[in-house]
Amino acid sequence: MTGQATDRTTVPRRSGRPNRLTRNLSAKIASIPMMLTAVVIFLGGTLWTVLYSFTSSKLLPRLRFVGLDQYERLWAAPRWLVSIENLAIYGIFSLIFSMVIGFVLAALMDQKIRFENTFRTVFLYPFALSFIVTGLVWQWLLNPEHGIQSVVRAMGWAGFSFDPLYDSGIVIYGILIAALWQGTGLVMCLMLAGLRGIDEDIWKAARVDGIPMWKTYLFVVIPMMRPVFVTTLVIIASGIVRVYDLVVAQTSGGPGIASEVPAKYVYDYMFQAQNLGQGFAASTMMLITVAIIIVPWAYLEFGGGRKRV
Amino acid sequence: MSDRGHLKKTAHLAEVPASWESGPRGARPRRLLSTRTIVVYGTLFVAAAYYLLPLYVMIVTSLKGMPEIRLGNIFSPPLEITFEPWVKAWSSACTGLNCDGLSRGFWNSVMITVPSTAISIAIASINGYALSNWRFKGADIFFTILIVGAFIPYQVMLYPIVIVLREIGLYGSLSGLVIVHTIFGMPILTLLFRNYFAGLPEELFKAARVDGAGFWGIYLKIMVPMSLPIFVVAMILQVTGIWNDFLFGVVFTRPEYYPMTVQLNNIVNSVQGVKEYNVNMAATILTGAVPLLVYFVSGRLFVRGIAAGAVKG
Amino acid sequence: MTSVSVKDLRLSFGQVTVLDQLNLDIQEGEFLVLLGSSGCGKSTLLNCIAGLLDITDGQIFINGRNVTWDEPKDRGIGMVFQSYALYPQMTVEKNLSFGLKVAKMPQGEIDKRVARAAEILQIGPLLKRKPSELSGGQRQRVAIGRALVRDVDVFLFDEPLSNLDAKLRSELRVEIKRLHQSLKNTMIYVTHDQIEALTLADRIAIMKGGVIQQLADPNTIYNAPKNMFVAGFIGSPSMNFLRGEIAADAAGRPAVVAGGVTFSLDGYHAGETLVPGRKVVLGVRPEHVKVDEPGGTGEVHEATVDIEEPMGADNLLWLKHAGHTMAVRTAGSRRFSPGTRVRLTFDMTLASLFDAESEERI
Repeated sequence: MTGQATDRTTVPRRSGRPNRLTRNLSAKIASIPMMLTAVVIFLGGTLWTVLYSFTSSKLLPRLRFVGLDQYERLWAAPRWLVSIENLAIYGIFSLIFSMVIGFVLAALMDQKIRFENTFRTVFLYPFALSFIVTGLVWQWLLNPEHGIQSVVRAMGWAGFSFDPLYDSGIVIYGILIAALWQGTGLVMCLMLAGLRGIDEDIWKAARVDGIPMWKTYLFVVIPMMRPVFVTTLVIIASGIVRVYDLVVAQTSGGPGIASEVPAKYVYDYMFQAQNLGQGFAASTMMLITVAIIIVPWAYLEFGGGRKRV
Repeated sequence: MSDRGHLKKTAHLAEVPASWESGPRGARPRRLLSTRTIVVYGTLFVAAAYYLLPLYVMIVTSLKGMPEIRLGNIFSPPLEITFEPWVKAWSSACTGLNCDGLSRGFWNSVMITVPSTAISIAIASINGYALSNWRFKGADIFFTILIVGAFIPYQVMLYPIVIVLREIGLYGSLSGLVIVHTIFGMPILTLLFRNYFAGLPEELFKAARVDGAGFWGIYLKIMVPMSLPIFVVAMILQVTGIWNDFLFGVVFTRPEYYPMTVQLNNIVNSVQGVKEYNVNMAATILTGAVPLLVYFVSGRLFVRGIAAGAVKG
Repeated sequence: MTSVSVKDLRLSFGQVTVLDQLNLDIQEGEFLVLLGSSGCGKSTLLNCIAGLLDITDGQIFINGRNVTWDEPKDRGIGMVFQSYALYPQMTVEKNLSFGLKVAKMPQGEIDKRVARAAEILQIGPLLKRKPSELSGGQRQRVAIGRALVRDVDVFLFDEPLSNLDAKLRSELRVEIKRLHQSLKNTMIYVTHDQIEALTLADRIAIMKGGVIQQLADPNTIYNAPKNMFVAGFIGSPSMNFLRGEIAADAAGRPAVVAGGVTFSLDGYHAGETLVPGRKVVLGVRPEHVKVDEPGGTGEVHEATVDIEEPMGADNLLWLKHAGHTMAVRTAGSRRFSPGTRVRLTFDMTLASLFDAESEERI
């Protein structure tokens, strides 16, 4: 019995173990597109862009290194500073509002209401639409001559002013309204899934203990939903950094440069102004922004060796 | 319901006057309009109005004539319904370059979306299958790069891809754009399929191997037939995502291949000529129609798809 | 004195009626177990008593007070859930005191109650820990503690041990019994585990399809089941059922003829006269058959050993007997090889006789 077992493990080793490379060969061949994408595009492309952000490339990429010149120029450009400021305002408000609105809607939807599916359909349909469509609809709704402002004025409130798209001070809020319209349905869905994932017995226990509903939400349910909140946060945040189409459609960055955003800065410098170095530096800054959001999250979620509590 | 409870209660009291039975009985009485109900439904209806209003305005605007739009307000229903704007939006609206309406963009989008969806799903499902059932050394490293890559802003990788496509002679063509969509759809789709296949009972895979099926045999005969729901989810995800794309369309195609979203933006934001808001709204609805249709038809599966694909941003 | 009383309870969801005309009185200090397989309505009934489900009709009294419309927190109940339902981000201490704090109880009183509960359940050292740092058994102790601090008269248990492994389950079972003996509270306990029911209960209510099939003490349930469902549900392996009809034995006394074999009913206390020819089912528990032993009330039957299952304390035999397969329990020390012919005697005083059609006990 024992002899046989040793035989079984030793004999194949002696008679030539299958080649390391040809083992599982089909799987490896089938994975070639994935390997290429991962290594050439995602890894190689990112490194390439970062590398060329230190060069003076203009119309064509050239390896003429100029140190941090491009970054200095970037952080001195008024348009980039406006872009960053816009991104910060847009980012903070869009995080707060989409979380709050999304959670409140989800909590309301979780009250065993009637027509739940209808409400869900209504809240979520804008998410199926592109940012271009979203931007154009809200451009029309916020049109000062025909849109909401003119309707309210026509109702007799002549002094009413709501003209975000043509007022450089508040234009970013006009974009925010459109973005919330498009995206809060998704947050609601994620939150609702989180609420539904909470053990029914917890609600029962809280009721037997006589804990009012709002306190149960605040002290029990929301802390329990921490992972859902974190995931949602990451999703919203990485979407915020990318905001581009919406601005292009709604304002094209105007009035003036009042609603510019980093992603648009990158595109314009790479493909319009033919100043590749600036585009690469700006996109590297975007990468750093994302890393600041993602790395702590990834560390908390997957690394650190600590189990989630 | 509460009414019936009350009736029953009184009837019972009349029959059995025993004192200890005289307390509350039956369903707890519930006022039809408690404060809570009013708050819950009130808020939901207000929110629903906010979400529905733009759709409503789009539709009524697209059915009005321009004189009516200039005079009336955007919320009033059309006095005289006209389909003129729709016809114009589809066949003769002008971008800066040409005047053949959205129809060209529509067919371009179809030609982009169909192969991109098919190819990206085919590749990603095979990736997911290899990753969950045929793990080889190093596979997880590629997968990790892929998933991390999903968070990298596209802008970072745009130019390197331009170079690669130019090298292989596909820059500006439809096939080039199909490749780009396949690349950027890969992380989330691979994750989706990997998790799904990993959830299938491993015994099935083992049994198929004992029966002598190989890598492709098991994939085609066992895995794919068992996984139709996830393929549908992936399809929904890709069709809406690719149809709604703007950035890749602008960067990687020549104007004659511009997808519908780019065409739409060029029509509406074109600086030439008088603004025709009704045509613009008709064009906007037409562009949104395909993903909306997918959304309304697929319902629950769409929710599942976006929950999975949300990472894509 | 009656502690919990359910009168004419009806519960419907739209067109579907789950519970109908259900009546149940539970004495003060009684340990009542609601037993049944899943979907029988036992948890539903418990949730109705707790006030977590609004009933459609009927009344519920707790300690003589009509609580039909009361909120769960006002009913004077504590509840323990299968999934423990501990608040995950709070320490054990916070979990225990949360309800009391919300009720604005003075801190001194809260501390006293938490300390007492911790002492009774021996969870003192765990007070500063989070639920995720506890084992299953410890979590369930904390969950019981949360009911304990409420200082109520009625405890409701919803399958509290089902998520635990077998060893812990039997340990906590003993602990719950000890708790009941020292606190003397009324306890209503839902389970699908017949061992838990038999060991813990003062009375068991066996449920099926939303109807209480039999409400009696464990001994009666086991030895005089009211119908075939109860008889088959309780006991492992199940009671042997032999289909046959009433006849007279050689001495002219009533007997059951099943599979061509006659079983004298000598010693069986039938509740009604046994008319010959009536179709019946004779139920005999595996331990009420003697193998190769003298004594017993009736005649001797021949059978063949088919399979032997030694279980340590006892030895289970599967026998072929007159066309039936029959399970018989013998002492663990006795061994039988398959194919052996054995002689069986039946103890009819402990047997059960059911009508073949109504399946009710005769």
